[in-house]
Amino acid sequence: MARTLFDKIWDSHVVADLGEGWSLLHIDRVLLHDLSGARALREVAERGHALARPDLVFATPDHAVSTAPGRTAETFAGGAATLHGLRQRARETGIRLFDLGQPGNGIVHVMAPELAIVLPGLTLVCGDSHTCTNGGVGALAFGVGASELTHVLATQTLMQRRPRNLRLRYEGRLGAGVTAKDMILAAIGRYGTAAGTGFAVEYAGSAVRALPLEARLTLCNLSIEMGAKMGMVAPDDTSFEYLAGRRFAPRGAQWEAALAAWRALPSDPDAHFDVEHSLDASAIAPQITWGNSPEQVVAVTDPVPQPRHAGDRAALDYMGLEAGRPIAGTKVDWVFIGSCTNSRLSDLREAAAVLGARRVAPGVTAWVVPGSEQVKRDAEAEGLHARFQAAGFEWREPGCSLCVAANGETVPSGARCVSTSNRNFVGRQGTGARTHLASPAMAAAAALTGAIADVRSLG
Amino acid sequence: MQPFRTVTGIAAPLLRANIDTDMIIPVQRLVGASRDGLGPYGFERFRYLADGSDNPEFPLNRKAFRTAPILLAGENFGCGSSREGAVWTLMGMGLRCVIAPSFGDIFHNNCFQNGLLPVRLPEALIRRIAEAVEASPGNARVTVDLERQEVITPWGEAVPFAVDARKKQAMLEGLDEIALTKQRAEEIAAWQARDRAARPWAWDSVS
Repeated sequence: MARTLFDKIWDSHVVADLGEGWSLLHIDRVLLHDLSGARALREVAERGHALARPDLVFATPDHAVSTAPGRTAETFAGGAATLHGLRQRARETGIRLFDLGQPGNGIVHVMAPELAIVLPGLTLVCGDSHTCTNGGVGALAFGVGASELTHVLATQTLMQRRPRNLRLRYEGRLGAGVTAKDMILAAIGRYGTAAGTGFAVEYAGSAVRALPLEARLTLCNLSIEMGAKMGMVAPDDTSFEYLAGRRFAPRGAQWEAALAAWRALPSDPDAHFDVEHSLDASAIAPQITWGNSPEQVVAVTDPVPQPRHAGDRAALDYMGLEAGRPIAGTKVDWVFIGSCTNSRLSDLREAAAVLGARRVAPGVTAWVVPGSEQVKRDAEAEGLHARFQAAGFEWREPGCSLCVAANGETVPSGARCVSTSNRNFVGRQGTGARTHLASPAMAAAAALTGAIADVRSLG
Repeated sequence: MQPFRTVTGIAAPLLRANIDTDMIIPVQRLVGASRDGLGPYGFERFRYLADGSDNPEFPLNRKAFRTAPILLAGENFGCGSSREGAVWTLMGMGLRCVIAPSFGDIFHNNCFQNGLLPVRLPEALIRRIAEAVEASPGNARVTVDLERQEVITPWGEAVPFAVDARKKQAMLEGLDEIALTKQRAEEIAAWQARDRAARPWAWDSVS
């Protein structure tokens, strides 16, 4: 019977069929970050369990750590105890910890693909909703809460009900200045934040095939913002070239065996999807959100839309925007380039390419927070940091920073921030902060002009 | 997990759509926090004014709704971050049940892990219940019966709701899923041995 990519990975991981759509699934890799991970390790110990397979568990601090240059575990005092707890539990349990300043440290969904901890065909969980990012390499990766994470750490399995299959195709070629971030924001704008609830989403079509691996991670990252806890792209030569030679990638004869297995993973041509959507990639313009939900998004060339209901009116009020006025030209106070969505080397290159000889507009605070220690080192090796700094950006240490604002770094109340992150929720970047989600190139354009701007008009 | 069988009481309306888990509990409150004691921070950005006093506009601050065990919510309730602290916070506020047209997937799972019952009902019906509650604040009562899978509205109508059979059973009994799965230790070990033979690359690359 013809099967989807999702079906193949799910079916091959069923340890026990529990009936009525439920399975006990084997989980091949577990990622831990300082907030959810330290807590889950403590919970496992307090409940009298041992870790089932410490060799399959990988930890990195990212949420509650400062990203200030020269930071230590203590720079953000509020997170120090959590980080020390994670270090101690890691030592006790023998899991791998990629600590601050070490190669491998970084935002959990940046370091996992970077080290090839995640591979095509694997199952992976983390106590973090953006775990779907890792589906970009062709894995079944999803976020879980604290209880489910504890279950996985104690048993290496998880009880799950099988979701349905949804395929989202992007056909055609992206225009200049349009990125994977714009592709996924456009889809969320069209189909809504609940369109993927209860589904595993596969992104397909010629425009997806043409995306480099890091852009596929960006695409999958916002699956949860469409309601889907799992998003994935079928593995292909682009994926294999990306993974080859990375730290935890198979080698030699095992690499060849893995390749053979991975080539059989893509959805069969006649596989059934419960829901199919299709978008014309060539018609997508650079996107910018205007409200407090990622579905409240427009093309940068559009006006701020008229409110359709009370939720829209509340968002316009919070964001200090007026319906009917062009969104381009709206004055900006902050710019954040970073997060598990858009902090990889290719993202930083895209943003740097916009700079030219220009400088950050007066009054704008602009941050670049590389996604991992490796991204930071690679970017510095090619001089990107110097270009950002010369333009007036702050170049910082890796971490989640202003995406989740769990580390004391916040956008001030009332300030407007163009951000490459994934959530424009009320107060997400700080109490009263106004967030506009966009691509790294659009964020750079906003920093230079001091206003929301169409990156294509910068020349 | 705290078992859930039935709850009867005031239902508080908070019908805005897309209430995300950041709204329920800001992440800053979860850094180094224990799962107990989060209740006072629930919805804090909406519940309190800048000076720390209660925001009279926020529905759950109204006297009639302060001790409500049931929340009436809008679509996609609990979307966003996977933080289980959102569930701990709602339970810390005294809530045992959330009734909404739809829920964020991960939040929905987290509810069942803790004994907070999420019930899906049609939006129009939730609005009717909210109107009945508003017409008689503090008096109109709602019953949610998990065993019978029924919501009894303030006007006495029994409305059926769907719930996954497995999750229902776990919630009624307050099951410990880890203990349950550990009974399958041999099956898990056998699966791992088979998989290691079939996909050595998935194991040796990290061992």
